[in-house]
Amino acid sequence: MMKSIHGWGRYPCVDATLALPRTLSHCQDLLRDIRHPLIPRGLGRSYGDSALANTVVDTTAINYLLAFDEQRGTLTCGAGISLDALLQFIVPRGWFLPVTPGTRYVTVGGAIASDVHGKNHHHAGSFSQYILSMELLLGNGELLTISSQQYTDLFRATCGGMGLTGIILSVQLKLMRVSSSNVLQRTIACSCLENLVEHIEMSKDSQYSVAWIDCLAKGAKLGRGILTLGEHAEDGLLHVSSSRAHSIPMVMPNYLLHPLSIRLFNQYYYHKASGTRCQKKKAYQPFFYPLDGLQHWNRLYGRQGFLQYQFVLPKAAGIEGLKSILSTIVSSGKGSFLAVLKLLGQANTNFLSFPQEGYTLALDFKYSPAVLTLLSELDKMVIAYKGRIYLTKDARMDAEVFQQGYPNWQAFEEVRRRYHASGIFGSYQSQRLGLS
Amino acid sequence: MKNILIIGATSTIAEAVAKLWAVEGNAFYLVARNEERLSKVAADLRVRGAGEVKIRSLDLNDFSQHIPLVEDAYTSLGNIDIAFIAHGILGEQQSGERDFQEALETFNTNALSVISLLTYLANAMIERRHGTIAVIGSVAGDRGRMSNYIYGASKAMLEAFCSGLRARLCKHQVHLLLIKPGFVATTMTAHLKLPPLLVASVDRVAKDIDAAVAKKKDQIYTPKFWAVIMFLMRCLPTRLFKKLSI
Repeated sequence: MMKSIHGWGRYPCVDATLALPRTLSHCQDLLRDIRHPLIPRGLGRSYGDSALANTVVDTTAINYLLAFDEQRGTLTCGAGISLDALLQFIVPRGWFLPVTPGTRYVTVGGAIASDVHGKNHHHAGSFSQYILSMELLLGNGELLTISSQQYTDLFRATCGGMGLTGIILSVQLKLMRVSSSNVLQRTIACSCLENLVEHIEMSKDSQYSVAWIDCLAKGAKLGRGILTLGEHAEDGLLHVSSSRAHSIPMVMPNYLLHPLSIRLFNQYYYHKASGTRCQKKKAYQPFFYPLDGLQHWNRLYGRQGFLQYQFVLPKAAGIEGLKSILSTIVSSGKGSFLAVLKLLGQANTNFLSFPQEGYTLALDFKYSPAVLTLLSELDKMVIAYKGRIYLTKDARMDAEVFQQGYPNWQAFEEVRRRYHASGIFGSYQSQRLGLS
Repeated sequence: MKNILIIGATSTIAEAVAKLWAVEGNAFYLVARNEERLSKVAADLRVRGAGEVKIRSLDLNDFSQHIPLVEDAYTSLGNIDIAFIAHGILGEQQSGERDFQEALETFNTNALSVISLLTYLANAMIERRHGTIAVIGSVAGDRGRMSNYIYGASKAMLEAFCSGLRARLCKHQVHLLLIKPGFVATTMTAHLKLPPLLVASVDRVAKDIDAAVAKKKDQIYTPKFWAVIMFLMRCLPTRLFKKLSI
């Protein structure tokens, strides 16, 4: 079927042939019959064109649970199941995801393809580190069981591999024990970037840590923000609330998110947190997934959509690197109300996994040609500081910036060639980045 | 512990409802065409807490299999508390307009095969004075529309049949629920361009069905707002309705 699809940023929007397989046999038939290159797709939460191609294989129907070991906390499931559905099953049974991204509306396959990280990367690493094994359907129709011990190179290519190595069909996960579905949250308002980074470093022992930054604040207030820390509660209450989220019913007019409205929002948001220093108990959904409470929030950015830009700067770049990038954004006047700063721990051995030890900043920009120019400027700065851009958020990075940020890209390509992925799996993003 | 028969168990709606019912060791007998998918659905229900889950791969358009199927389900489950009939096809309106054989396929699958199964299930439940039957109809059956009247007619036939059958079953403590979904995001509608504001999630529809079965309702629109939409649609005088292209 032909459908018009896009990523979460609603830019770009393309027409694609969409297939919706329901079984392994169906997937194998597709690989034989459908036009290449094709890209697997989960819930379409990557922001740019990582899950866009001429032919897209929607994996969300491969969403069954296959096995659950209550004692050991291991779960096997179809890769098309959402983290939300998974949590609804495991939380009442006293288990949680060791690593979770900022939205629960991604598939397990998608979480692996992006090798997502959460608010606890400095302690827990990334999603792939909790995959015990997975079944991957290769470009030649072969189904392989891969893990960090079996077909290690293919595993390292698939985790963070943006769907370019094959279709993940089923996954065996290691879960984390929890005694409560609640989280104890503390918020600290920080007057500037130095203050914020200082608090982040001081709070390293907290299980979870994430900071919102006011990226329109200038001068002495540059980088002011709110640090949110969290720990799993131990009150023994395991509950999944089914309260309905609010929703943005349709694409908003372009002028809604305007520097003035954003500035007003940022002022309000910062001062709201300024008074509070005590611990609050929250359900896991609003703590881990604050934006999921506003369904279709991406429609706020108007018809042309928006661009997400997330980069990481290594520790060596220090606060200077962050400051200079932030200053460039502030002086462009093109900030957004969503700017998130997190501390990341060490990189893993996956070829294209994004996290490396340092600070990561994620920003939204309403789409415009001027923003594209700004982002190219930022690219140069990120590369100069030896950082890189997160592929899952990217919609416009060029091949050179990619190759400089991910020096293992050639080893990645070599693995793809060896395992029949080159020429079979590809997206508009992979084309843009110069991958085969 | 309940004994549940699901016909068309690999339909998106049926899978979502079954997940809600896979608790407290409930036993299942699942019927569908695709055995590969069916076995995965069964595995899923077992993980979620179902008791015995039996599967049967069958083309429901093979009418000769209906009596043996009902008998086997009763033998396997002992008794049937809930029989949920969820199979159906959308068909292609335009091919059906040109070639009656295409339309006939829709009528066979959506109406006649369901009616055949209802006949034997009803008789079995009347004999035991026990059971609830839930059938998936559609808002499309409320009034035939230009864009999908073949599908609509098949569902309208079901509605009329269920209306009479419900009255007969009522005298024997057997309940019949007719479910009328509006637009739902399922594999059946994945290729259609539907107005996003009107499309319901499968999970929402499944919750409505679960609640309706538990309360032994006769008929539900899901989501509820379709009751209003279809009331207005039925009120439109024919000389105006025939001018619409919806």
